[in-house]
Amino acid sequence: MRPRGAVFWLSAVCWLGCQKPKPAAQGAELSPAETSALRAALTSYADIGWAAYADAGLGARALAKSAESFVNAPSAEGLSELKQAWLKARTPYQQTEVLRFYDGPIDRIELLINTWPIDESYVEAGVSAPKPGIVEDTQTFPELTAPLLVSLNGKQGETSISTGYHVIEYLLWGRDTRRDGPGDRPFSDYVSKESPVGARRGRYLQLSIGQLVRDLASLEAEWQKGRPDNYRAKFLGMPPRDALALVVKGIGSLSGPELAGERLTVAYETKDQENEHSCFSDNTVNDLADDVLGIQNLCTGSYRRTNGTTVSGPGLCAALAARNPELARRLEREIGESLAAVRAIPSPFDQAMLGSDSAPGRTAIKKAIVALEKQTQTLTDVAAVYELRAAPQKLGP
Amino acid sequence: MIGVRRLSAALVVAAAAVSCKQREPDASQIAESGGADSVIDATRDAFAQATPRLTEPHRRQFFVGNSFFNQTWVTAPASVATRDGLGPLFNATSCSTCHFKDGRSRPPEPGGKMETMLLRVSIPPRTSAGNAPLGDPVYGDQIQGRAIPGVPAEADVQVEYDALPGRFSDGASYTLARPRFSLKQLGYGAPAAGLQMSGRVAPALVGLGLLEGVPEAALLELADPDDRDHDGISGRVNRVPDVEKGRIVPGRFGWKAEQPTVRQQSAGAFLGDMGLTSSLFPQENCQKAQAACRSAPNGGAPEVEAHVLDAVALYARSLAVPVRRRPHDPEVIAGEALFRKLGCASCHRPTLRSEPPTDMPELEAQAIHPYTDLLLHDMGDGLSDGRPAFEADGREWRTPPLWGIGLIPKVNQHTRLLHDGRARTLEEAILWHGGEAEQARDRFAELPSDDRDRLRLFLQDL
Repeated sequence: MRPRGAVFWLSAVCWLGCQKPKPAAQGAELSPAETSALRAALTSYADIGWAAYADAGLGARALAKSAESFVNAPSAEGLSELKQAWLKARTPYQQTEVLRFYDGPIDRIELLINTWPIDESYVEAGVSAPKPGIVEDTQTFPELTAPLLVSLNGKQGETSISTGYHVIEYLLWGRDTRRDGPGDRPFSDYVSKESPVGARRGRYLQLSIGQLVRDLASLEAEWQKGRPDNYRAKFLGMPPRDALALVVKGIGSLSGPELAGERLTVAYETKDQENEHSCFSDNTVNDLADDVLGIQNLCTGSYRRTNGTTVSGPGLCAALAARNPELARRLEREIGESLAAVRAIPSPFDQAMLGSDSAPGRTAIKKAIVALEKQTQTLTDVAAVYELRAAPQKLGP
Repeated sequence: MIGVRRLSAALVVAAAAVSCKQREPDASQIAESGGADSVIDATRDAFAQATPRLTEPHRRQFFVGNSFFNQTWVTAPASVATRDGLGPLFNATSCSTCHFKDGRSRPPEPGGKMETMLLRVSIPPRTSAGNAPLGDPVYGDQIQGRAIPGVPAEADVQVEYDALPGRFSDGASYTLARPRFSLKQLGYGAPAAGLQMSGRVAPALVGLGLLEGVPEAALLELADPDDRDHDGISGRVNRVPDVEKGRIVPGRFGWKAEQPTVRQQSAGAFLGDMGLTSSLFPQENCQKAQAACRSAPNGGAPEVEAHVLDAVALYARSLAVPVRRRPHDPEVIAGEALFRKLGCASCHRPTLRSEPPTDMPELEAQAIHPYTDLLLHDMGDGLSDGRPAFEADGREWRTPPLWGIGLIPKVNQHTRLLHDGRARTLEEAILWHGGEAEQARDRFAELPSDDRDRLRLFLQDL
């Protein structure tokens, strides 16, 4: 066999040799102790997921309130408070991203919530642009409504995004053309006397925040305890290894293709600010770190809520320790190293990615990529020790 | 050393081994349609995953390619030189406009404007040789409905449908929809008389590198242009120019197999669909009569820099095939048996062998299950667009691969099929088959409804 590169994420390669197909439910036998540790960890996963969505929802509602005051009476202080509210709202949301990538509740609406990179000129193109954005195009879109913004989202491709955190980020900060800081949109952009579309921009801002609030509320409801027909009930009702397969796929997809690949490698290779996650606010390093923190929360079974209280229970790494203590220690250590490596990237990210490969910023980014890929490889070992298979899925659309 | 052990660490779906050497692999009940280049993903990102075997440099290139695939190109000159050069004439501002999430596009609602698909146009060949399609003298071979400021767009394309009612043998009725295209807001006056128009949706991109790896000899062996085996099926290889090699080679991509490689297909789409020049196609896509187009500023020569084209082509060749979800479901197995019994598998070949392309040695020689023979077949008058493309005549179409077809509703949230998206369901797509496929189509129409359901369940599992 020819040497190959690393398998960087879960593949569907046949690994059983030439055996007959096995029935879907078969796999490694778990001992009663392993099963109960796993069940406890899956319950913690659901509790932490719910709490993080609830916090993200609280953050978005605070953002909505702040936006209402600001739009009614635009001021420099109001805009500054609004930006602070956006930054605060991001922290819990990024910690929920680890619940993506397995067709759970978030995957059905993620495109509306956190898509990036966005083509900001789709929303607002600026005065010299060849074609107006949605904010400026009063002829095509005489009235802005939430259903309109939803229908325009992704309509002309994966960067033609009209809703979600990064659209709101652009409406607050504007384009980042400065080396030493984020975008600095003037508050007068929201004053009708100063800007012909000022009121419309304010309406767009409030509509997009309102949509975010509703979308986050639906996610919170899907993970809420005590509802018989929501996703949490379905998730905890699955055979534990089927649920674990989803969990591992989510963590691995976030670690490897998403964080190491799309968010870090692309920026590292292209040195293009367009490929920076939060390119208007310069919040990228915090965003990335909160993503990895979300992974660590699941490993340790502990999530610190925005009000300072802690949601905790047996974590996934504890469950793994019941099956393979060495692997559990390795995973926990590597997640910690990834988090430290991401936090060590100097802000602003759009400056850290520039320069020669030996520049401190690029060295730090490279180190984070390597750490996240290592952690991803370890997750394939986790899949192996549980002999995870993909959970059976519904036939057809 | 991360090799075999890592491979064995993969999350697997219970399935038959595809790498067995001791028997000829049979696609039936195999989950991994793309062999070792399959991935487990049935989410909206099912078509967007890299084959797991990419080497580290190719992996980096994959992600960079993905970013250029998704990003919006802008009018030149712009502050970011790597992304400018859109137009002067174009259909879309990004690859992902039509290949949303690397998937399949759809036609507009009746009366709506065409935005995520395109219209090919040509005039009847002046000679009987009829090789490259002859474009309209003013509009060229594709209508671009958008343009940069100062340049008139060519036209809005509208589509209306005529209803064609029919009945299954069991009495159940159906209605097919035949598209009728028209050009509105013509930017350059009337097109040539007798203009041939043919719609094209964008297909899903999974498994393209594997299809590129099917050896030329295998295609020639599958071909049976004179139907020597008298099975009523006469697959033909299209012969098309390979622009980089400067010779005529088998075509394998595009609805009429008019492109030989993913790279040339990508460069063709950059030029035709987005107005972006590349080393393969360095001339802007402006006709003689389009003066403003010819004098518009460009975004460099070429606009798609070599490293960008390389990354995008690598990306498109590396998209993995999602595994089947329920290959062992008895209804699905029964559906696949019907698929063979009806004769569908004569052209939608379940199994081909793919050799690794020389520049992607991380892929291995293996059996793949794309459900295509990559050959041209006469599909009858109903699907004919009367429009030749190299050696393909108007009635001939390349057998499209079926892997991933069951996930289109998930990824792209529609069920439109066939080259112009006229079919609204899998059943309609089958019922449109004619010509060489007419017998198979008739046998389908004779099935009782529960067998039609089983066939559908099989296709939805791919």
